[in-house]
Amino acid sequence: MKPLVLTLKQEPDQRLDLGQLTPNQIEGKSVNEIAEIELQTTREKLTVGDIFKIRAGSAQSIRFEGGSLRLDNVGHEMKSGEILVEGDCGKNTGRNMSGGTVTVVGDCGPFAGSCMSGGKLEIGNNAGDFLGGPLDGEMEGMSGGLLIVRGSVGKRAGDRLRRGTIVVERSAGDYPGSRMIAGTLIVLGNCGQMPGYLMRRGTIALARPPELAPTFTDCGTHKLAFAGVFAGLLRPESPGAARLFARPLYRFAGDMAALGKGEIFFPA
Amino acid sequence: MRPISRNGVRIDDSFAEAFPMRGTAILITAPNRRWAMQAATTMTGFATSVIGCGAEAGIDHEVSEKSTPDGRPGVRVLLFSMSSDTLQTQLVNRVGQCVLTSPGSACFADLHGTDRLQIGDAIRYFGDGWQISKKFGNRHFWRVPVMDGEFLCEATTGLTKNAVGGGNLLLMGADPKNTMRAAELAVDAMNEVEGVVLPFPGGVVRSGSKVGSKYKMMMASTNDAYCPTLRGAVATSLDDDIGCVLEIVIDGLTEKAVADAMRAGLAAVIELGPDNGAVRVGAGNYGGKLGPFHFHLKDLLP
Repeated sequence: MKPLVLTLKQEPDQRLDLGQLTPNQIEGKSVNEIAEIELQTTREKLTVGDIFKIRAGSAQSIRFEGGSLRLDNVGHEMKSGEILVEGDCGKNTGRNMSGGTVTVVGDCGPFAGSCMSGGKLEIGNNAGDFLGGPLDGEMEGMSGGLLIVRGSVGKRAGDRLRRGTIVVERSAGDYPGSRMIAGTLIVLGNCGQMPGYLMRRGTIALARPPELAPTFTDCGTHKLAFAGVFAGLLRPESPGAARLFARPLYRFAGDMAALGKGEIFFPA
Repeated sequence: MRPISRNGVRIDDSFAEAFPMRGTAILITAPNRRWAMQAATTMTGFATSVIGCGAEAGIDHEVSEKSTPDGRPGVRVLLFSMSSDTLQTQLVNRVGQCVLTSPGSACFADLHGTDRLQIGDAIRYFGDGWQISKKFGNRHFWRVPVMDGEFLCEATTGLTKNAVGGGNLLLMGADPKNTMRAAELAVDAMNEVEGVVLPFPGGVVRSGSKVGSKYKMMMASTNDAYCPTLRGAVATSLDDDIGCVLEIVIDGLTEKAVADAMRAGLAAVIELGPDNGAVRVGAGNYGGKLGPFHFHLKDLLP
């Protein structure tokens, strides 16, 4: 399938909302029609054609050649198909996506995968704060799908995570898994302070845990069937995460300051 | 009409008449083969006939640890019933009483399909609020804390409405010893076929039945036409050289699986020959009026 290619002409002067450039929204549009789509920015009027050079192809596969930390909302409310960004993205990458695949080769800003409910978001390098988390006023963060960050992430990754799996292959900032409702968060590198702060339910697996808050209680070492199953399911996506789950795991239950039905695992 | 004969074994120009059933499959794993087999054996106990057991069930085959979701040895179990509701009840009762209770066990879906039956979705309540739901991709598991760790159970498994029950072979020999030898060989060959179970003890039933009885409360009674001790007293179906009849009943997830199993069983009996095994093979039917699936023996010969 030949992809639709959007080549960035130059770094944009202002932040740009690319939320309209998803497969389900541009399906059936000609190159000219795509070029005329108006992008939300400041008072200045900008169209897709002003920013990108467009090469025709299937709308189900969109490739951005070149990226920028000013490109916001890439893959916003995406339902199917795939988007590949050969570069960086700004904030809210893959926000509210429910299906399909978004792959970013470079970095992402804050709120990557915010409130996503399905599909797969893969970030090749680092992501900012509140990975998968809700925006102000929203009650739930990510609620399904798979979010993989090959690099490191900022603070409060997986905030209010409700369902789905997040894998961070390098380090995470402070408070990862804060206020988690359920779901799974895996961090393979260093982990900042207070993982699982006020988590209700859900699973956090840390390859290198910091000192846990005193509101997490010791449940001992276990080799659980579920961990073996998860190792098998994770292996194609993240071999490191699979290795972590294949080992005997130490279990801490918490956060006892909240509901206390969550758990933090780390290698025994 | 002259009977068909293969390697000296007479084959009736008859057919097995089978019925549509609802079927499902699960995979039980455990820390080792012994306990995987134990859970599967217990779960498929007292499951010979829907008439008295609610379900017909058996072990399909063992699954190597390389092919199971959790990397532990496993056993595939098939369960059949006449309605989806009964099958659902039987599945949850049997997993709840026999698999959940078995040390180290885990239970996975092992049949694709859009029609689903609950397993973990029902058994999770045993966790008394401590059960944990885990989703990954399109798979959904429940983790239930138990005294040896956790019982991991997939939320649902597939249900097929295309299962077939009641495929059968009637093995007729000179005496019990030879007939049993033929039955054992046939059972071994038929167990190699994937997607079928032979629900009776060791795959064999010696008390085949006919529909109806002289007693009002009995829906089925002994198949007198095939009882060797009544050969002179009733309208018998047996020849003078037959002193014992054993039946093998087959339930399968598909019509093809049942046919394949009958084919394998026939081949084994024919290869053994009449001197040490069965002298004649027949099949049970109700004249073709009751069941939509007809497995003609002459079509299944090697």
